[in-house]
Order: sequence, then structure tokens, then C-alpha cells
Amino acid sequence: MTSPTAVGLSAPVIEIDHVVKRFGDFVAVDDANFSIGQGEFFSMLGPSGCGKTTTLRMIAGFEQPTSGAIRLDGIDVSKIPPNKRDVNTVFQQYALFPHMNVFDNVSFGPQAQNVDKATIKKRVSEILEIVRLTEFASRRPAQLSGGQQQRVALARALVNLPKALLLDEPLGALDLKLRHAMQFELKRIQREVGITFVYVTHDQEEALTMSDRIAVMSDGRVEQIGTPAEIYDNPATVFVAGFIGQANLWSATCTDRSATLATVSALGGSMLSGSCVADSVRAGAPVTLMVRPERISISVNPPSGDMQSVNATVTDLSFQGPVVRLALSAPDGSPIIANIDPDADLPLLRPGHNVWASWAPTAACVLPDAPDQPRTLDDIVDEG
Amino acid sequence: MTVAAVPSRVRRPRRERDGDDTGVSARQWFTPWLLIAPGGLWLLIFFILPLFSLGRLSLEDGGLSNYSTVISDNSTVIIRTFVYATISTVAAIVIGYPLAYVIATKGGKYKNFLLALVILPFFVTYLVRTLSWKILLFDGGPVVAILQSLGILNDNQSILGSPFAVVSALTYNFLPFMVLPIYVSLEKMDRRLLDAAADLYSSPARAFRKITLRLSLPGLFAGTLLTFIPAAGDFVNSELLGSDRTVMIGQIIEKNFGKEFFRPELSALSFMLMAMILVGVIVYARLLGTEEIA
Repeated sequence: MTSPTAVGLSAPVIEIDHVVKRFGDFVAVDDANFSIGQGEFFSMLGPSGCGKTTTLRMIAGFEQPTSGAIRLDGIDVSKIPPNKRDVNTVFQQYALFPHMNVFDNVSFGPQAQNVDKATIKKRVSEILEIVRLTEFASRRPAQLSGGQQQRVALARALVNLPKALLLDEPLGALDLKLRHAMQFELKRIQREVGITFVYVTHDQEEALTMSDRIAVMSDGRVEQIGTPAEIYDNPATVFVAGFIGQANLWSATCTDRSATLATVSALGGSMLSGSCVADSVRAGAPVTLMVRPERISISVNPPSGDMQSVNATVTDLSFQGPVVRLALSAPDGSPIIANIDPDADLPLLRPGHNVWASWAPTAACVLPDAPDQPRTLDDIVDEG
Repeated sequence: MTVAAVPSRVRRPRRERDGDDTGVSARQWFTPWLLIAPGGLWLLIFFILPLFSLGRLSLEDGGLSNYSTVISDNSTVIIRTFVYATISTVAAIVIGYPLAYVIATKGGKYKNFLLALVILPFFVTYLVRTLSWKILLFDGGPVVAILQSLGILNDNQSILGSPFAVVSALTYNFLPFMVLPIYVSLEKMDRRLLDAAADLYSSPARAFRKITLRLSLPGLFAGTLLTFIPAAGDFVNSELLGSDRTVMIGQIIEKNFGKEFFRPELSALSFMLMAMILVGVIVYARLLGTEEIA
């Protein structure tokens, strides 16, 4: 697991210091402990009920931590109400004021802070320029499209120049195409204003596309914090491996462990090795071996050199546009999924053909077993 | 509807326009009229026609001078009526708004039960409800006794017959009409708007002023109409609980219509009451801002 106090952060804007939030017996957030840096695009990613929105609401001030502290620019704000915190939220369904036009919605915050009229007018028109809504200033929210309402919500929060902008699944209500466009739009706006964004989403693709760093959460716990590449290539837990992208996850038994490598017996007795950082992985321990489908190559003859390889039988082939998805069966019957280039130099494969599946040792990760981890690839692929 | 039928006719090829097409558009044209016909006829026969004849009657004998006579003869009563109606409407807002607010926002699973309690008095006839106040307020009754022991009333003062009794009973009788529309407008308000307001540096008081109150204006407006209009025209409360000092327009109309049917001055008085209510409503709508109410 990546160190919770983030690497290379000069001045954290938000510090989540061992925060626990309970609702009755239910632990919504279990000892969250991390910092978010100035100007960072930080995402909290996880399935519904993982505690990401509760964490965001605690930063905003709508909930108070049961224990632990939340610091903004070094000052403990855990007990300070939302209207006195210098952070602003973009709400899931936007929560625009229906009886006010766009200008009045956006100027609502500065007016509450008694900013003088001329400054308000200047700042609102600047921010409407940035979100490209200048010509809609006198419209009511009901007269705007979903994407436009979304940008009003963004402008209404950003106009206050908060220390951090909190976004709660802001693209959830938009259709797929608009969502993709808005992802780039959000990145552009964040670069332009230079404000820290804390972004809550259950959509792993959204988090990977936009974030500088991601906190993957499950059942109230932070499973891993890291850059999109770190999390994708070196997931810390089986949950993270399964939740982000697609993954082959095979039950294995550890046979040998060095500082950063572990050798395991898997897929019917093959001795395979992969990178390993978890302390709990020792010889004899039950583990999970993970390889991403696109890291697996297929060949008719046994591969040469440093490759890890398994002999397998083709069970299914499906064309998916950019890749061909190949389902294979290992000697012990475990499923192997490989995404291969449609142009790959291979003979015509049919179910029943015998091939070699191989990957570089650096492509494999050995993960400690969680008691309730999903066992089959389909369990995981369905969620992805 | 005829306008809507035109494009479809234009779009269609000539051949298909034959046959049933005219029947369809005739039905399209006819249906809405058919639907409003029963209500429209009802209003025409039982509201517009009597109103029209009443209006004509009000101009007989003296013409417009009937109105000036009626106003100068009853100026005290007219002013008193509008003062009573205004005070009881304001009192209904002061009592009803917080009540509706609490039921809508904090009622939880007891919402329907609490609303039923608000409507409960309606299960008792208006007359009986008001009569029962007599028992409550009479000189040897509990309210007078308590107020006298607290020193608020002198031993020889009474509540029955006072403007206080009349205005209180008016407020009581029309309070549900104030609570229900306000409740409806508060109930449908998105509570997350208040989160948003708090997030945007608003104190709870400012959030109430800028969001909750504004979004409940349509309900407040409807409640005011439903309270003020019947209160201004009421003759029961003052008749049963008031005295000579509390006579309202409704009483004068009711009393005299009973004795001398169809007198022009009485028609003029009725019409004037209606006109004044109408003017009051328009002024009130302007004050609240018509855009918010639409």
C-alpha cells in the first residue's frame, strides 16, 4: 500500500487525519488518513456505499467525523459549519436554485460574503466565460440542458475561488457522449483556475482519465492511493485489481518471497513470479496472482527468454473492435482472458486449439488474499 | 387545436387526406370544449348569470349613486371588515407557516397524521365549531377565568363580543386553508437546495430567506387568498361571538337580504365587497411578484 501521507506534496490543502464516521452501528468511513495537495485533481473512487461521498460531505461540513480531524490549510475545521468553510461543492443533481437565473445562481456565494456589486459582476462574467455560458446568464436552470446546468453548478462553486472544489459524481446525470466531453472540459477548467479538485466517482474510467491521484475505497476503507498508472499497474489489493480495469485473478500459493518479488504456484502447478509489496505474503500463504488481459501474448510455440508462460486451450473468441478477446482454459481449468491485437501474427484460432499464454514477469502482481475476494474473472469483469 | 391540426394535414399526401381526416380534426377540435362544457355551463348558470343580474340590480333606482350611498353609510363596517380579515390572515400566516414548515420538513413518518390533525376541525360543521367557542369564551368560562386571574382582564371585562373573539375565531376557522397550500409548496422543495445554500456561505437565516421562503411564495399566496377572501365575506363569527361593536359587511348583507329581498343598495354593497377583494388580491400579487407565483 502506498504511504498515506502523499509523496512529494509541498503544502497539503486538505488533511484527512485518521477520520472515522459511524452512523449508529454502521461504519461509513473507517480510519481514512490522507492528504490532498495544492492544485491536485484528486479522486475518491469506489462502488456505492464505500464511504467516498460521506468523506466528501465531511470535507464540505455536512457531516462531522465521529473521530479524527479534517484540516483545511492546516486549520482543524471538523466542527465548523459548511457556510464558514472555504470549500465549495458541485452537487450530484446540481441543486441549482430554480427560481433564480444563471447570473443570480452564480452570484449567490459572493453575495452571501458581502462582496461589492461591481466585483461580483466582474467575477461572475469571468467565470461564465470560463465555463462558456456567457450568453445564458439570464436563463433559468429549467431552460438549460443537462450539460449547461452542470457548468452552472461548476461556475456557482468556482466563482468563490475556494481552497478546494468538491465534486460529487458531477457527471452521473449526463449521457455517455456528453460525459466524455465534460471530462476534458473539467480538466481544462481545473488547469485554468488552478484550484484543488476533490472528485467523487464510481466510474473507474472517469477517475483514470482525469485524476492526478486516486484513492480507491471499499467498505469505508481506503484500499490504495496512487497515480492512475500506479493503481492500474500495481494494485495493492485484489479489490483494487478487480475494480480498476479488467484483470485475470488466479488463486495461488506462495512458494518463495524476496523483497519485491514472489514466486507462486498457480494454474495447475506452474511456477510463476510477480512483483509483490505486501508484507503479509510469505512462503506457504494463499495469494492471488494478477495479470491484465492486454499484457498477455498468445503464441503457438513455447515463448523463449524471460517470459512467464502457461499452456492453455482456446475456449472462446470475440471481436471487440480494437482488440480480440480470447478466453482460454489453463491446465487446471482456470479461465484466462487475453486481449490481443487483431493484427497479431497468429494462425486462425478456433476453440479447442492449444496455445501458449505468456507475459513479462513485471506484468504480474502477487496480491495477499482477502477473505471475501471475488473468485472468478466474470465476477469482476461484470462490474468493470 | 385547429392550428395544431394544420401541419399534419399539410405533411400528409393528398390521397390520405380523404376519408376520415376531417372527422379526426373535428374531434380534435371538439374534445377540449366537450371537457370544459359541464363546468363552464355550471359556472354560467349558477355564477355568471346571478352575478350579472345582481350587478344590474345594483345600478337600479339611483344608478352609481347607490355605491356612494352604501360606502358612506357603512364606511366604519367596511374598514372594520378589512381590518379584521387582514389581521386574521396575518395571524394565520404567523401560526400556519411554522406549522406547515415543521410538518413538511420534520414530520417524517408522522406527516399524514399531523396533516389529518390540521384538517380535523373540518369534520365538525362550521356553525358548531364556532358555537363551541361561545362555551370557551363566555364570561364564567375557562379562558376568561384564567385571563382574569393573571390580571390581563379586569373582573368586569369579557371576551365574548369583543373584536378579539371575532378575529381569533376567524383565524381559527380558516387556518387549515393557510396551512395546506404552504405545506404543499414546502413539501415539494428539494432539501438539497439548503445544503447548496449553506455550502455557498449562507447562514440558515439567509438560506431560509433566499430559498425556502421564495419557493413557498406560491403556497403562501394561495393560502392568503383562501383565508382572506372568506374571512372578508364572513358573517358567522361576528354574529355568534361578536357584538354591535364588531359588525362586518357580511352580517349587513345577510341581515337585510333576509328582510327586504333584492334591494339595489345591498347589491351595490355585495359588489363593492367583491371589487375590494379583487383589488386587494391584485395589489398583493404585485407585492409578492407575479413571476414567483406563476
